[in-house]
Order: sequence, then structure tokens, then C-alpha cells
Amino acid sequence: MLRGEQIEGPVPGAHPDEEGVQPAYLQSGRPTSSDGEALERYVQERVLTTTLEKAVSWARGNSFFPATFGLACCAIEMMSIVAARLDVARFGFEAFRASPRQADLIILSGRVSTKMAPVIRRIYDQMLEPKWAISMGACCSSMGVFNNYALVPADHFLPIDVHVPGCPPRPEALMHGILKLREMVQEHPQRGWRERYGALGTEELLPGAERAGAAVEVFREEA
Amino acid sequence: MSSLQGRTLAQGVTLAPLSEDVEEWGGAREHDELFELNFGPHHPATHGVLRLIVTLQGEVVVEVKPIIGYVHTGIEKTAEDKSYWKVIPVLERMDYLSYYFNAMAFCSATERLLELEVPERAQYLRVIHLELNRIMSHLVWLGTSALDLGAISIFWYCFREREAILDLFEMSSGQRMHTRYFQVGGVIEDIPRGFERKLRQFLKVMPARADQYADILNANEIVLQRLRGTCPLSAERLLALGVSGPLLRAAGVPWDLRKATPYSSYERFDFKIPVGTAGDNYDRYAVRHAEIYESVKIIEQALDGLPEGPHITPDRKVSLPPRHELATSMEALIHHFKLVTEGFRVPAGEAYVPIESPRGELACFVRSDGSSKPARVHMRDPSFVNLQALSEMVRGSYIADMIATVAMLDPVLGGIDR
Repeated sequence: MLRGEQIEGPVPGAHPDEEGVQPAYLQSGRPTSSDGEALERYVQERVLTTTLEKAVSWARGNSFFPATFGLACCAIEMMSIVAARLDVARFGFEAFRASPRQADLIILSGRVSTKMAPVIRRIYDQMLEPKWAISMGACCSSMGVFNNYALVPADHFLPIDVHVPGCPPRPEALMHGILKLREMVQEHPQRGWRERYGALGTEELLPGAERAGAAVEVFREEA
Repeated sequence: MSSLQGRTLAQGVTLAPLSEDVEEWGGAREHDELFELNFGPHHPATHGVLRLIVTLQGEVVVEVKPIIGYVHTGIEKTAEDKSYWKVIPVLERMDYLSYYFNAMAFCSATERLLELEVPERAQYLRVIHLELNRIMSHLVWLGTSALDLGAISIFWYCFREREAILDLFEMSSGQRMHTRYFQVGGVIEDIPRGFERKLRQFLKVMPARADQYADILNANEIVLQRLRGTCPLSAERLLALGVSGPLLRAAGVPWDLRKATPYSSYERFDFKIPVGTAGDNYDRYAVRHAEIYESVKIIEQALDGLPEGPHITPDRKVSLPPRHELATSMEALIHHFKLVTEGFRVPAGEAYVPIESPRGELACFVRSDGSSKPARVHMRDPSFVNLQALSEMVRGSYIADMIATVAMLDPVLGGIDR
């Protein structure tokens, strides 16, 4: 329906009484009544909710707002995906945001020291949901060549969605990682970090936020 | 602390008088109250994860206290646990914009301990890559600093040329960053076929591109107002604080280790040391920009005079034997085995070798106890030393000028924290 398909003539299966034959896909017993009105409502509800979810995922996956957040060597390669050769703006990820409040993707570009880890966690907590995290490079995925007392792998304190290997990864590799994340968000939106970690219901809501809008209500219902 | 308003500061900046309606806005009439501002470690203008505790009086900076250690990686300690040739990739990741320089400092120190002669061709190849790296580092600095000043298009121009340089690095070593091209005794491989042609193309283009940057920035009123006359520091104070590199040269001191204590055949090349006069932010920018042209000149001369010969020392106790020898020579096989498993042993002693990195005097101190692992590796990183001049530079100027000064300081936090 979103694509603006023109449906000519009677919608098949919409009024089974007229035809006298029930379509096969309705015989599985999902709609309790084969009554015309109830069925139509059922179909409309189904079609609407799934396409809306898909549309939202499509939009989310195509417009990540990464945080302007550089740690070490990988940050230079992260900068170069915005530059002329790769031009990540082709896919819509070029709007790097300086404030975590405006970002929904954090790219950990470099080595994470024990001193920096709490800061990163705090920045991540400040980002608005839904949010994603990419661990770029060997250091913050596995402590890399150093592998010593000073570093922490990012998985120890953040739910990472995509790991990009390399030391540092080529900009193409990072872009591939972002596109993989896009695929995840668009095709498998149920693989967000809350679902993976069983953290539904832990959302922080301000007191009185229930009255604020429908989005909050939806969140509550899912929880 | 007395009020600074209405006074003409040392650098000739007269602070704007306070408007009358400050009290209506709930502010104090006189900004004699001090305000502490936390700046960083996550801030897009700190060039990494630098954290500054800024004490402000109104909009004027009274004191800046840098807090470092947010990318402390334990590089020096890790280096003690690895054999000499495995230390190189670890140290390269220290100051991540001048990886060839990190490797060069360490390799030179080790070569001094080994009393090893580096073949001429290797010296020239090193110079070519060092100067390419200097241009690359200055390009990243220029692009990101211009971003801090509010100019965004220059970033794309600079990164366009940076990609051209990284292509050359990839050609000679297979990696874009952290190439591990320099080896104790020379370089790991000779430059491949086609490298020279591509490099000459780049050298032809680069000065024109640097002219373009100047066209964009030098006529830009905003850039000029933010750089000219802001946050100068005298040569005496800079020397007292141990500052080196473009920051010192901007104040008029022609101190460049490539001229002062030439290494790796730098004495054979004809180049100039750009110096500034006022030592303000504009001179810091202009000196680095002029260095791009000089580096191009050096590379041209090195490429023209590139001598024939081996690219690494023929001493098989230190350098790996060529691949084809492994199939025919038993001795080569033994050398290869010894080098890859244990590494070479270095006679006991100490060596300190300073070189001129894009940020100043980068030096490596190596102490050997005679084993195949260094007993101590210490890097004298220019960013670390230069950072302590920040407080004196920005004291008494506006906080907006502090942003420009941090950008012109060009600190690389990977080098500061190590």
C-alpha cells in the first residue's frame, strides 16, 4: 500500500461471502470470524502495523547521526570516510553530531583506556534511544597489539552492535561496518541492544512522561 | 583576582566594556567572580581526548589546567616486553599522525647502540617517507584546525591530498597508517615499480594545492581575525618551557633538528626553515603551511638523487635474509630462525636520538641490558612538552581564542599519553 499500488476490482478475499469460497491463507484459523467487516479490519491492521515498522526501520537505518567522538588513530580514518573519496554522505551518515543528545550512533574509534571507559559509558547513556555502537579497530574490540594493563575492550562496558577489524581499519571497512549496521536495523530491528540483552523495561522515564505522548505509551506497552 | 575589563592586555587586545544591563540578566556587574569550566575529554575542539579545566573571569581565561591520560596505552611498558623489531609497530601507534617519525626515532636509537651503518639508499627512502608523513600530518592538522575556526571546505581539500599520500604509503608498504616500513638497519622493502612516477605526479600537484589552501584561508576575514595577534608567546618563554617545532619557529627561533644536527643525510638537501616574527596563532599557521612547500622540495631532491644499492643493511645478524636465500642457504635459514624467534641482541648501553617530527623534537631513549629486549624505552614526545605552554599562551585572552590556540598547538593525544 505504501508503494501506491492500484488495486483494480474487488479486493480478493475481502468479501468472501460474495464469492462463497474462503481463500486458503485465511483457513489457517487466524481471524476468528470470516465476517467481511472484521476481516477487513484485521487485514488493515496487519498491513498498517508491519509497513509502519518497516518504514521506520528504513528511515532509521538510512540516517544514522554518528557522534563526533574520536579516541586515537582510528579517528583519523573515521574522519576520512566523510571526506571526498568515500563520501559517506552517499548513504546518509555524514551528519556527525557534537552532542551525544543529538546522536544515535557512537563509533569507538581507537583504544579505550581504563580512565576513558567511564566517560564513554556516560556519553553512551546520554544518547537517545534507539542507539547503536560500532567498535572500530582492534584495540577497542580486543585490545589489539597492546593487550596490556591500560586498555579495556569495549564489550566490557558497552553493548556493541558491529565490530570492525583492522589496525586501523581502512575507511572502506568502516563503511562496510556501518552498512552492516544499516542492514541489521532495517532487516532485523528486533536485534537492538535492549532485545539482545533482555533489557526491555529498563528505560528511564521522567516522572509524568506517560502523559507526554503516544511514543512513550508504545514503549510502555512493549515493556 | 582583580577585574580585567577595560584594560589593555599585554598582546594589545582591549576587552569590550561590560554592557549596562548585565544585572538585569542576573549577572554580576563586575565579572570578578571566577568560573570553572570543564572542557573535554569529549569535545570536538580538543583534537582527541584532551581535558582542560578552564578558570574563567567572564569570558577571559585566567588559568588553564590540562588533564591528560585518557588514551594512556602503556606503550613504553609494552615495548620492554618485546624484542627490538617487534617494538616498532607498538611505538608507531604512539603519535598516530607521525608514525614514520616514531619508528625513525626508535630505529635510530637502536642503530646507534648496534653501531650500525644505514645504507645510503635506505637513508634517502627514509627521508622521502618522513617528509611525505610531515606533509600528511600538516594536512590533517590544517583540515581539523580549520574546522575549529568554522571553515569546513578546507577539510575536504586537505583530506583529498592526504588520500594521495596514503596511496603512496600503501604502495611502498601495504598499509595506509602504521606502515612499519622502517626497520632497524634500513627499510623493509625497496619502493615498488611505479612508485616514483606516482610520487612525481603528487609532487607536481602538491604546491599548487597548498596555494589553494592559502587562497581559501589567507583572504578569509574570520580566519585572520581569529589568528592574527591572538595568544602570542615570546621565544624566551617558549625556550624556557622546552617548546620545539613549528611553535618555536613561529616565534622567530630557526631551530630545526634537520639543520642543527642532521641525520639520515638531511645535510645534503637544500631547504629553508620557515620562521615567524610575532609568535601568534597566525605565524603558527603560516610556518606549518610554508613547511609543506619545503618538504616537497626535499622529496624532489631525494628522489632525483636516490642512490643505487641495498635498501637495508647487509648485516644478517640484524636484518632478515631475502626470501630466495632461504631455499638455498643453510646459514640464511639459521639467521632467519634466530631473528624471528629471539630477535637480535643489542650491546648494553644507552642511546638518546632526537629527530624533528611535525610537532617538534621527538626523541627516543633506549637502554639495553645486552638481551634481545630493550630494558627501557622512553619517548620524548613534542606534544607533551608543547602542551605545557598552552596555559601561558591563553592566559588573559578570550575563551574563543583558546580554541584557536589549542588547534594551532596541534597536540596529538596518543603521543602525550602514550
